[in-house]
Amino acid sequence: MNNRKMYMDANEVRPLVDVMADKVHSLLNSRGITDPLMIGIRTGGVWLAEILHNQLQLDDPLGTLDISFYRDDFTRIGMNPEVHPSDLPIPVDDRHIILVDDVLHTGRTIRAALNEIFDYGRPASIILATLVDRSGRELPIQPDVVGLHPELEQNQHITLIGPEPLGLVIGTKTNRRSRSDEQG
Amino acid sequence: MSFSNKTLQLDDEQRLLHFLTIDGLDRATLTEILDTAEGFTGVSERTIKKVPLCRGKVVANLFFETSTRTRTTFELAAKRLSADVLNLNISASATSKGETLLDTLRNLEAMHVDMFIVRHASSGTAHFIAQHADRGVGVINAGDGRHAHPTQAMLDMFTIRRHKGEFAGLRVAIVGDVLHSRVARSQILALNTLGVSEVRAVAPRTLLPSDARSLGVHVYHNMEEGIWDVDVIIMLRLQKERMQGALLPSEHEYFSLYGLTEKRLALADSEAIVMHPGPINRGVEMDSQVADGSKSVILQQVSYGIAIRMAVISKVIGTQNLRMQEVAG
Amino acid sequence: MRKKKDISILGGRVIDPANGIDEITDLHIAGGKILCLGSPPREFQATLTIDAKEQVVCPGLIDLNANLREPGAEHKATIASETQAAASGGITTICCTPDTYPVIDTPAVVGQIRHKARKAGYCRLLPQGALTQALKGDRLSEMAALKAAGCIAVTNAYTPLANTLVQRRAMEYASTFNLLIILRPEDHYLSNNGCVHEGKVADRLGLPGIPEAAETVAVARDLALAETTGAVIHFHALSSASAARTMAWAKREGRRVSADVAIHQLHLSETDIEGFDSNHHVRPPLRNDSDRNGLRDAVAKNVIQAICSDHQPHEADAKASPFPDTEPGISGLETLLPLTLKLVDQGVLELSDAIARLTCGPADILGLRMGRLTPNHPADICIFDPRHRWIVDKEKLLSAGKNTPFTGWEMPARVTHTLLKGRLVYSQNTHEENAT
Repeated sequence: MNNRKMYMDANEVRPLVDVMADKVHSLLNSRGITDPLMIGIRTGGVWLAEILHNQLQLDDPLGTLDISFYRDDFTRIGMNPEVHPSDLPIPVDDRHIILVDDVLHTGRTIRAALNEIFDYGRPASIILATLVDRSGRELPIQPDVVGLHPELEQNQHITLIGPEPLGLVIGTKTNRRSRSDEQG
Repeated sequence: MSFSNKTLQLDDEQRLLHFLTIDGLDRATLTEILDTAEGFTGVSERTIKKVPLCRGKVVANLFFETSTRTRTTFELAAKRLSADVLNLNISASATSKGETLLDTLRNLEAMHVDMFIVRHASSGTAHFIAQHADRGVGVINAGDGRHAHPTQAMLDMFTIRRHKGEFAGLRVAIVGDVLHSRVARSQILALNTLGVSEVRAVAPRTLLPSDARSLGVHVYHNMEEGIWDVDVIIMLRLQKERMQGALLPSEHEYFSLYGLTEKRLALADSEAIVMHPGPINRGVEMDSQVADGSKSVILQQVSYGIAIRMAVISKVIGTQNLRMQEVAG
Repeated sequence: MRKKKDISILGGRVIDPANGIDEITDLHIAGGKILCLGSPPREFQATLTIDAKEQVVCPGLIDLNANLREPGAEHKATIASETQAAASGGITTICCTPDTYPVIDTPAVVGQIRHKARKAGYCRLLPQGALTQALKGDRLSEMAALKAAGCIAVTNAYTPLANTLVQRRAMEYASTFNLLIILRPEDHYLSNNGCVHEGKVADRLGLPGIPEAAETVAVARDLALAETTGAVIHFHALSSASAARTMAWAKREGRRVSADVAIHQLHLSETDIEGFDSNHHVRPPLRNDSDRNGLRDAVAKNVIQAICSDHQPHEADAKASPFPDTEPGISGLETLLPLTLKLVDQGVLELSDAIARLTCGPADILGLRMGRLTPNHPADICIFDPRHRWIVDKEKLLSAGKNTPFTGWEMPARVTHTLLKGRLVYSQNTHEENAT
């Protein structure tokens, strides 16, 4: 990625997360869900999930997903050299899950995450919360809770940096695909 | 060796094209394998013990020597990656009909196999197959003669790291038939590459290579001195035929000199762990009390073997995919 | 029979170590025999002249040890294919080994081989007969009959005798008929199915090793038996510096013993087997650098009087297996001379000594007045261009065996003409024309 520019700093991002927390809270209320299980997608999704988990004061520990083993571009990019184990400390069977990610773009990451969650068990429902929902969807996936809908060009790329301080940066994609920029 | 291993095993960006030997791999590569395996450990504990990484790939277990345990863990590893697995016990079929190894290889390639996992009694077999395999086909060495058994060594490193955290400062004793052991050769290379402070080989001279020190070990002939204060004890398997070859007088004398007993184990560090690549000859290499005791991590080795093999299989298949893509692109 | 041409080889540097000649002069051949050096008799009229300016003219090479695979393994090579390859490498005499199928242990097989060689017409073949029947190491071969049929020596080739008593009796029996015994010194039990030198590289690659002691024990044993029996023995293919030192001692003691070394042992060592390249699988195995240097030194000091090709041509399949399962040996006829001359380049040998180890050296071991340019001797001649550098390409070898580890090596010289009994059996130009 070239020309990375700060798009929003921590002071601007943090209120968006608070908004997300409120929206999740009211969504849970409207659905009558009292004991959700929160799962963050590595790495940006986990940073956000930690904040949300704290704000919503959930009892069960936070789960983390590393979707490296579920990526659909494995045959094109090979094994990610930095793989961390997924960690779902509580069984997902019959649980209502809040899945948290930083940027929803093509939908492929969420597809992978859903597949992985279903390999752990059969949840009752899944709510998708993302900080950023941008254009460029390639799969029929939509978020339930969103912090921000930015206007972006096709070749622009938005990334969450963190964990402390959080920030959103925008860059222009170069032609050659790099390992980290594949799925969104 | 390093030169040829590097060019055969690694691509230009140091990614694994095959996994034939520890020789020529650097610390970063070994650590990356251990880290990836760490990521796979959880898969075995889930409801659905599978990830879709290698879906649609065909992995052939090409075993010219029978080994139920190693073959099974490779098979499980490949299946947990969603690959299809062919199990071929060649010793019985092809070679007895006069088919050459190369013929067997070509036949399997015609079935579009993506990976060969090879075990053979001759040192250098995995290298040979890697040299002759089609582009895009990865080869993993599951034990060749006395040469190498790199996945076994890596699962041992994984076990050590799980228990000891890091390798720096560790003293490791490898006890037994180093001369005939491909496991020991790979372990010694891996331990030294990962930076332990000392590797010891403990054995009578008939079970040591002619120039054992050149492998990177300190040689001990006395068990008590050899395991004194060590953090890890790796016991090697003793084959029965060593008695016939005039290498040892008897199992009895071997056990009395080199068998691991509770009493001897007390000489090692109080936190020491005991490992064995299996299967154990109880009463020959070690007492049952030791094998089943609190310091034994032998069963953990077996279960970690699956995660290590998943890591290696997926890395090699991933790199071979990239290579094919570069050719196509 | 065709009338033999009278030939003049003009302006070459004639090197004849046995006669102490090294000068630029002409060499004349009449009736298949050496006529003279320098100016020819007035009545002499050459029907063929060869311009040898800037080239070396020397006796045709004598290769003490080559397996030609015929009879029995014609899928690897034939007498015709290998003698042609030999001629292109300047070799005019080959002592072929008896480890064929059937083994050269009867006069019939000897006759068959000699007939095929004559028919091919490229090279003189001097067969080695088997020391024991079928080389099995228990019953003596009919050595008297083998000698009468034309065997130049007896040997058990690469199947060293395990039984020392049989070895003693074989030596006694051979010496009854003044037959030279060629021994590959190797203790059967110590070799123990090894395939490489027992040392650092074998330790690391986990390849079963053959200890140096397998050779030194056998050399000591055989020297003792030779003294007891009065047999004349020749050690083939020494591989260790220690065996070379024992040879130096034996020569000082005045023992009737000689030795040769395979040319690849003077260039390669155990580190070349790294990567499991089966083209480096040879027997005896490649040992370490100090062994190689010890062997080079022994060749330079004439403790080892002959360098041979130890030619072992193989079909591709024989080498297409994991290292220990491949057949040992190198296809070496065509690189024998250039690799020996490389030692001259490297300062190991003087040029005339290098030529001596390939000509009069082996001839003396065999007790033959060959390998020299003495008038009235058969005109076996090798002419080579000492400045023609070329790169070995296994596919371009004339030998049916393409198994060489020297592919890609630069050679310092190239044979241009080979004459056998005054007949041109190889000429670089015709070969190149034929090839194109």
